[in-house]
Amino acid sequence: MLYWNQSRECMPREEMQKLQSERLIKTVKRMYHNVPFYRARMQEKGIEPGDIKGIEDLSKLPFTYKQDLRDNYPFGTFAAPMSEIVRVHASSGTTGKKTVVGYTRSDIERWSEVMARTLVSAGATKESVIQVAYGYGLFTGGLGVHYGAERLGASVIPISGGNTRLQVEIMKDFGTTILACTPSYALYMAEELEEAGIKLSELKLKAGVFGAEPWSEAMRNEIERRLGIMAIDIYGLSEVIGPGVASECPCKCGLHIQEDHFLPEIIDPETEEVLPPGSKGELVFTTITKEGMPLIRYRTRDLSSLDYSTCECGRTLVRMSKVTGRTDDMLIIRGVNVFPSQIESVLLEMGETAPHYQIIVDRVSNLDIMEVWVEMTPAMFSDEVKRIEDLERTLRKRIEDTLGINVQVRLVEPKSIERSQGKAKRVIDKRKI
Amino acid sequence: MVVKQISIFLENKSGRLAEVTSILGDNGIDISALSLADTTNFGILRLIVNDPDKAETVLRENGFTTSVTSVTAIGVKDEPGGLAAALRVLKDAGIEIEYMYAFVSKKDDEALVILKTGNLEKTAEVLSSGGISVLSAEEVYDL
Repeated sequence: MLYWNQSRECMPREEMQKLQSERLIKTVKRMYHNVPFYRARMQEKGIEPGDIKGIEDLSKLPFTYKQDLRDNYPFGTFAAPMSEIVRVHASSGTTGKKTVVGYTRSDIERWSEVMARTLVSAGATKESVIQVAYGYGLFTGGLGVHYGAERLGASVIPISGGNTRLQVEIMKDFGTTILACTPSYALYMAEELEEAGIKLSELKLKAGVFGAEPWSEAMRNEIERRLGIMAIDIYGLSEVIGPGVASECPCKCGLHIQEDHFLPEIIDPETEEVLPPGSKGELVFTTITKEGMPLIRYRTRDLSSLDYSTCECGRTLVRMSKVTGRTDDMLIIRGVNVFPSQIESVLLEMGETAPHYQIIVDRVSNLDIMEVWVEMTPAMFSDEVKRIEDLERTLRKRIEDTLGINVQVRLVEPKSIERSQGKAKRVIDKRKI
Repeated sequence: MVVKQISIFLENKSGRLAEVTSILGDNGIDISALSLADTTNFGILRLIVNDPDKAETVLRENGFTTSVTSVTAIGVKDEPGGLAAALRVLKDAGIEIEYMYAFVSKKDDEALVILKTGNLEKTAEVLSSGGISVLSAEEVYDL
């Protein structure tokens, strides 16, 4: 099986544009009538739904920012009544509050569709045994891949993340053929396999769909060599739908965007001007089929570029280059989005002004680790060891509760964190991705 | 009866203790007693000096995090059971010691002990009435 939905994945450009135009017009109407914040934004620009006659008018529409989702927390950006919402997911926001997304029943069906396409482009069929080692829960990774795999008719192992020894035992005993997880976790599993004395010849693993964090070609080569598989990069973000927004095909020459559902643009993040195909800039998505929470011109903050040439695999779907960075300070730690401002908000609770801090990120044995260094202030200091250790513990727990990942907290002396032009450098990322 | 103790936050890095003591030395501050509580990542240096206010000022100027805590200083007989006698008085009164450290005195037959408890006044009262000598700030700073 080469494609899951050939008529869409290999659709001639003109037909695709026609389809996109029809869907965009419908989405704009839906947003204007059902989502007050976006209607207000259109009115500010003096735009009415009737002004949008096709995708050529896309750039007339106002952008949507992550902050908009926060301002309308939790359900204010939904375009369907709660009676029609069958699922909510959430990812971390910039200052503690989560970014919430809602799906109608047909949104879940569309999500399963694009995820099935993704799995098929990695070589999956209904004979495949797919081990879903992305986290299940509010995070979209686990359930997103799960529904796509079921749609395809593959056998799903919904093991979720963690418990690596069990992961590799099941991989061997159940004959997993496709692994879905973050690329760093895939490498961690390769190590666990070696430790457990399981040889590649005992496995049936053929391919992996890896995403939710940035990774390099070098890392791909290492995963492919150590697990003996084809490693495919997948892209998604919960605001747009979750995994399934774009994925590589076996050519590994860019990620095909499921553009009959998600309309991409590349803009200059400073001027907000739309850039021509091939230019590097910020990726912006407009969802054109979602009902629960459509987004118009959503600023992803991810840096990429678009290539409209037909791929060797036969797909005409536009390809985005591997995401090479961010236009903001978001970090991705073990697949979890982390903003330095979240840590700052925890520290602010400790006193009137937040102490200087620094986030140190590293990758040890293929797992991301994060340390937060906090400069000791007179308000936090005590002459008793117990109290300082309690403070360290409290800080660690609050940061972990806020971010949802494990961290180490280290209290350091004042002025020991390097400052450039009076401002502390917030993040030191030592990972070689 | 209350003695001021300066506490300084130190990271476990080489040379930090030398740094603190030279700043104090350069400013003519005399250390009469010292204790260092250390953990894997940090330490707390506690000092009794002849001029606590000045010591705190110069250390803060040099970027250290400090705090001043009130502690009790007592003199115990320099003989077997000397310290035990003082501690028994506190135990009987139900006073818990958060930390303590001992240092030498200029008197031959007496050892000095710094105690940190939850209630200083009660500690001094209980010790005095138990026949233990509680030292004044001046007596300790001048050592």
